[in-house]
Amino acid sequence: MNKRVLEVNHATMRFGGLVAVNDLCMHIDHQEIVALIGPNGAGKTTAFNMITGVYTPTSGSVTLNSRSITGLRPDRIAHAGIARTFQNIRLFKSLTVLDNVLIAQHLRLTSSWPAAVLRMPRYRRENEQMYRRAEELLTYMGLWDVRGEIANSLPYGMQRKLEIARALATQPVLLLLDEPAAGMNPAESAELTELIRGIRDRFHLTVLLIEHHMDVVMDISDRIYVLNYGSLIAEGTPAEIQQNEDVIHAYLGGDDDEA
Amino acid sequence: MTKVKKSSMLLSCLLLAALVSLLAYIDGSASSYIVRITRLCAINIVLALSMNLVQGFTGIFSLGHAGFMAIGAYTVALLTIPVAKKETLFMLEPLIAPFNTLTLPFGAALLIGGLLAAALAFLIGLPCLRLRGDYLAIATLGFSEIIRIVITNAQSLTNGAQGLKSIPKTANIWWCYGIALAVLIFISLLISSSFGRALKAIREDEIAAESMGISLLGHKMLSFMLSAFLAGVGGGLYASYIGTIGPDVFQISRTYDILMIVVMGGMGSISGSVVAAFLVTIGQEWLRVLDGPLPFLPFWPENGVSGMRMVVFSILLLIVILFFRNGLFGHREITWSAIGRRLSALAGHHKDGEVKAHE
Repeated sequence: MNKRVLEVNHATMRFGGLVAVNDLCMHIDHQEIVALIGPNGAGKTTAFNMITGVYTPTSGSVTLNSRSITGLRPDRIAHAGIARTFQNIRLFKSLTVLDNVLIAQHLRLTSSWPAAVLRMPRYRRENEQMYRRAEELLTYMGLWDVRGEIANSLPYGMQRKLEIARALATQPVLLLLDEPAAGMNPAESAELTELIRGIRDRFHLTVLLIEHHMDVVMDISDRIYVLNYGSLIAEGTPAEIQQNEDVIHAYLGGDDDEA
Repeated sequence: MTKVKKSSMLLSCLLLAALVSLLAYIDGSASSYIVRITRLCAINIVLALSMNLVQGFTGIFSLGHAGFMAIGAYTVALLTIPVAKKETLFMLEPLIAPFNTLTLPFGAALLIGGLLAAALAFLIGLPCLRLRGDYLAIATLGFSEIIRIVITNAQSLTNGAQGLKSIPKTANIWWCYGIALAVLIFISLLISSSFGRALKAIREDEIAAESMGISLLGHKMLSFMLSAFLAGVGGGLYASYIGTIGPDVFQISRTYDILMIVVMGGMGSISGSVVAAFLVTIGQEWLRVLDGPLPFLPFWPENGVSGMRMVVFSILLLIVILFFRNGLFGHREITWSAIGRRLSALAGHHKDGEVKAHE
């Protein structure tokens, strides 16, 4: 079997009386692409927020490479190797494309701030390294030509790509993508699918994504987890999920789907 | 080193030489009034840059500056006033040890003042920096007032409401501009480093910054403490500049004076703070004419209207805010290459051939 990268054990997130995620168990192996789907309000983003440290699970645990990251702050979790993008793009809007990618490498800096201010040799080396990696990443993502542009001025599709580039710049082992294909047309979604596969192979990444575009999900995922009302209702390969009665019911049937 | 870097280094050296000669000229030949205003400009540069670091670059809405200035000012005063003078100053209650017998050189006193302000910023920052936006502003404002009230009441340390007189006026034009230049260089190097980028990231989007592995509290604390250190140094310079300090000097309005410079110059622009420090400092003096009689206006009261300059000044500030929403400079900076581009653009209108030579 493959190496297990992420493991979520019986994670529950309760907000007062509301159980947003109930007893979630999931795992992702090395270099897998796993999708988390479910109707609106099913608790997908809450699950993301538990994994990335925005919320501390009410109970249960999260481990990354068999190390517990439960309850760590988001910045510590980024250090541990999880990077994410956001459902509604959160770039550093008034900074340049290049700066956005440079900032994401700040966490790997070992020099102290006085060393940085004094431009000590080690800091210079690290800084040059940051620029080199930024160039490499931006070139790969096709954003090198717009490196000097202000992030906010980029067209929507490029902003999505920049967010992925920025996440990659933190050198993660696990990449979390929150609705990467939101607002994209079919051609763009297809391109995105290729892109995600490409970065998985090139950077030896493991990917967990939330997505509503079913064509993207079915095309890209090795496995799929389905959430409904905070609980896991199904898990399996795309083919299995397409056949699953509960999933079909959650998405299409019944009178309880418009939650 | 690239050609561009070399030539901008050369230009910076030339500019520095020009500045030094200008200051030497002002110091030697100008009236003491002009010299005073020139010195105040430098002190305001220090204070504005220190505030811009937290407000403009890190996006922390802190209004505690007057308090940190007060710490620096009182430290410098207590450590530099001659021992004999201290005995006559503290009439109600004698000054406590070790200050009653201790005097230090001005530079050391400034440094200690800055360090104390930074240490206090650490204590204030621990609870306050967890707050956001307006809440943080109110909390820091509160702490600034607490510092002032403690100073008013700590009779045996600060001489309370009587204040401290006979502070040696060591802060001449060279001290002021030397420190202003050092702060300018320090802030520029910090902001252009990876740490500066991290601070800007926090300003742009805290949640995204944290997900990118930037420790929010750590970096905010760094910015807050550095800013307080510089404010303490600025306050120390100010104490030596005016010679007499009391709790009233460090009311909240001091914070707003500096905030005005920062906003006018542009939150997040070093050049903006420097330019606006000159504009505001000189402007406030220059507009003093308006407080006196204005004989060319027939309807104007014979003895003038005192405070008129502040009315006009406020209107000017309103105009700046209306027409330059992000201050005079926004996030932009004056750099040699930017000037070069402007010049070559201008030259380009006349002779296209030389455009490239400027790049």
